[in-house]
Amino acid sequence: MSRPAHRRPEYHKINKDLFVLTYGALVAQLCKDYEKDEDVNKYLDNMGYGIGTRLVEDFLARSCVRRCHSYSEITDIIAQVAFKMYLGITPSVICNNSSRNEFSLILDKNPLVEFVEELPAGRSSLCYCNLLCGIIRGALEMVHLAADVTFLQDRLKGDSVTEIGITFLKKQDEKKHRRKK
Amino acid sequence: MADAVLFEFLHTEMVAELWARASDPSPGGQKTSLWVLENMGFRVGQSLGERLPRDTLAFREELDALKFLCRDLWAAVFQKQTDGLRTNHQGTYIILDNDFPLLVRMAAGQQYLEEAPKFLAFTCGLLRGTLNTLGIKSLVTAAVAALPACKFQVVIQRA
Repeated sequence: MSRPAHRRPEYHKINKDLFVLTYGALVAQLCKDYEKDEDVNKYLDNMGYGIGTRLVEDFLARSCVRRCHSYSEITDIIAQVAFKMYLGITPSVICNNSSRNEFSLILDKNPLVEFVEELPAGRSSLCYCNLLCGIIRGALEMVHLAADVTFLQDRLKGDSVTEIGITFLKKQDEKKHRRKK
Repeated sequence: MADAVLFEFLHTEMVAELWARASDPSPGGQKTSLWVLENMGFRVGQSLGERLPRDTLAFREELDALKFLCRDLWAAVFQKQTDGLRTNHQGTYIILDNDFPLLVRMAAGQQYLEEAPKFLAFTCGLLRGTLNTLGIKSLVTAAVAALPACKFQVVIQRA
């Protein structure tokens, strides 16, 4: 290879910026097209859902995760393997209730908002990263797990952390098979 | 560290989303959707261009800038290089890619020729935006004869 070695970090950075910038352009376009924050949030969630249903195959192919036996294991894998693989961050996981079907992912760093300082004026209910909720929901559904995924806290809205809440909707012992063929 | 596949999936959803919402199915309405995608690509291209290291911005010649697109930008964005660059040395350049990643998942051959332009609009804007940051005004269009091969035509706009 005639390419000098110091070039590689550049490509990596451009590639990472590409996704974040494209996402920003998308949110900006949706804000232009829809007046209500709820509509933008809904579209971001829907788009995320579509991505999640396909991303999960890519994830399973790359990660060789073993079968999970609890919601808590699944949430750990989402945080420690999936987020790490695609976004380079590892959110911490908290279990929110004793029946162990409600969890929170606490995002210390969020690459999606790297170039966003604050929400646009008049958009205080915008869930900027709602795509992520849709992706998680879509991915879980493809492995036969229904879940509600929403933002519980958002740094962009002034909260101290960004927190994504995952609530698994069916009883664990009703589902025997998690991996789709 | 956003994996390249995330961008591909996002791009596919964007195209599907913007197309589904185009309330006007006539050619005029379709043109608007293409323009919206191209414009988004332009914004992203500009921002990407602004993040490039200083030494890449000092191209002596137009051709060097185009070579940069073909080698470095393509490698960073699509993890491959282009398959050819042609020019008439009078301001028109054609970038050839026989295996364009955003078309590869669709089909091979001529089956989805009609759909192909929507998957190329964002990239046209991306190229136009990056060139803009390099100080070059251009018009970028794309043509597909058989998926997944495509050509991007860059016409430099001189004042």
